[in-house]
Amino acid sequence: MDDAKPAPAALHGASIISAIKDAGIQYILSVPDLHTSKGLLFPIAQDKDLKLIRVCKEDETLGISAGLSYGDIKSLILVQYTGFLYAMNAIRGVALEQKQPAIFMVGLLGKEPGVEPQKSKRYGVRILEPILDVLPMKRILIETDADVPLIRPAIEEALASSKSLAILIGGKPL
Amino acid sequence: MSRMDRIEVLNILKRHITREIVVGVYSTGADWLEVNDRPLNYFSVGAMGLGSSHGLGLAIARPERKVVILDGDGSLLMNLSGLVTVGKMAPKNYLHFVFKNATYEANGGHPIVNQDVDFEGVARAAHFPHTATVSDIAEFEKRLPDWLKQDGPTFVCLEIAQGKIGPRPYDEMYKQSRRIALREALNADA
Repeated sequence: MDDAKPAPAALHGASIISAIKDAGIQYILSVPDLHTSKGLLFPIAQDKDLKLIRVCKEDETLGISAGLSYGDIKSLILVQYTGFLYAMNAIRGVALEQKQPAIFMVGLLGKEPGVEPQKSKRYGVRILEPILDVLPMKRILIETDADVPLIRPAIEEALASSKSLAILIGGKPL
Repeated sequence: MSRMDRIEVLNILKRHITREIVVGVYSTGADWLEVNDRPLNYFSVGAMGLGSSHGLGLAIARPERKVVILDGDGSLLMNLSGLVTVGKMAPKNYLHFVFKNATYEANGGHPIVNQDVDFEGVARAAHFPHTATVSDIAEFEKRLPDWLKQDGPTFVCLEIAQGKIGPRPYDEMYKQSRRIALREALNADA
C-alpha cells in the first residue's frame, strides 16, 4: 500500500502576476517578504509592464497608494503578514476611516501547505483573518493555481466599490 | 535663535501658490486651511507621519503639477524613512517643507525627542538634490520662487516659533468631501 501523501498543488508566481495585470494594476509597492520573494517580487522587479516602488516600511504604502489614485493609477501593496500588522494604524486611518482603499497581497510566511490560516501553528498567521474580519476588510486566500482566477474579480470589485482588499498568499509562489 | 511665525510663512506661500497640490498635516495643515482653503489642498494623512508618502504618490500621479508638502517635525520623525523612499524615486515635482518648532503641538505641546535634530542633513543623506534650512522670513520669501520653480525633489526645514497647541479642527480637514473636491479639480483641469 502506498501511503505517501500527494504533493501539494503548485502556485506559480507568473499566473498571479498575469492576474494582477489583467485587473489593471500598474504599480507594486513593496517591502520584501521571503514567502513571495522568489516567485513574485523578483519577477515583478523585472517586469516591463509593472512599476515597482520599494519602500522602507509598510505604512508608507498607504500614503503612496492613496496619492497614486489621484492620477487614476491602480497599485497593489505586496508585503508579508508581519508588515501588514505593522502598518495597521495607517490601514485604519487611510484605507478604512478616510476611505482611500488599498489592495494588499499578503504573504503568509510559515503557513503550513493546505492548512487554513486560522489553524496554523504560527501565531501571526493564525490571528490575521480574525483581524481582517474586525476591520473589516474583505479577503481571498490563494493556495494554488486553482485559486488564482479569484484575484482579478476581487480586485475589480474592491476598486469599483472603493473598498480595501487583502489577497492572502498561502501557498509559496514558485 | 530667531524663529519665524508659521502663519506669516503660510501667508507668503499663499501669494505664490497657483496650480500646486498642497499636502497639509496636523497643526501646519490646520493653519494652512485657515490661510488658504482651496480645492487643491489634500488633507488625508490618517496616520501621523505619512505626509511624505502621500506627497510621493501624488507627485508620481500628477507629474504636471508641483506637490508641496507642509509637514510637522513631530510628524516627520514618525516616518523619516519616507524621505529615503522619496530620495530614491526622486520626483522632480516634489517640494517638502518641514516646519520645525521642536514641539508636538498636536499632542499637547511636548518636546520632540531630539530638538537639535538636523532634518536638512537627513534629507541630504537621503539624496535630495536640493536642501535648505531657513529661519529668516525675508530669506524664505526671497528663495521660495526658486524652490517652487526648480526641479526637485527639494527639502526645506523652516525653523518657526511654537503655534497653537491642539486640538485643531481635524474633522473639518479630513472630511471626505475635500478629497472628492481635489479629485474633481484635478480632473477638470487635466
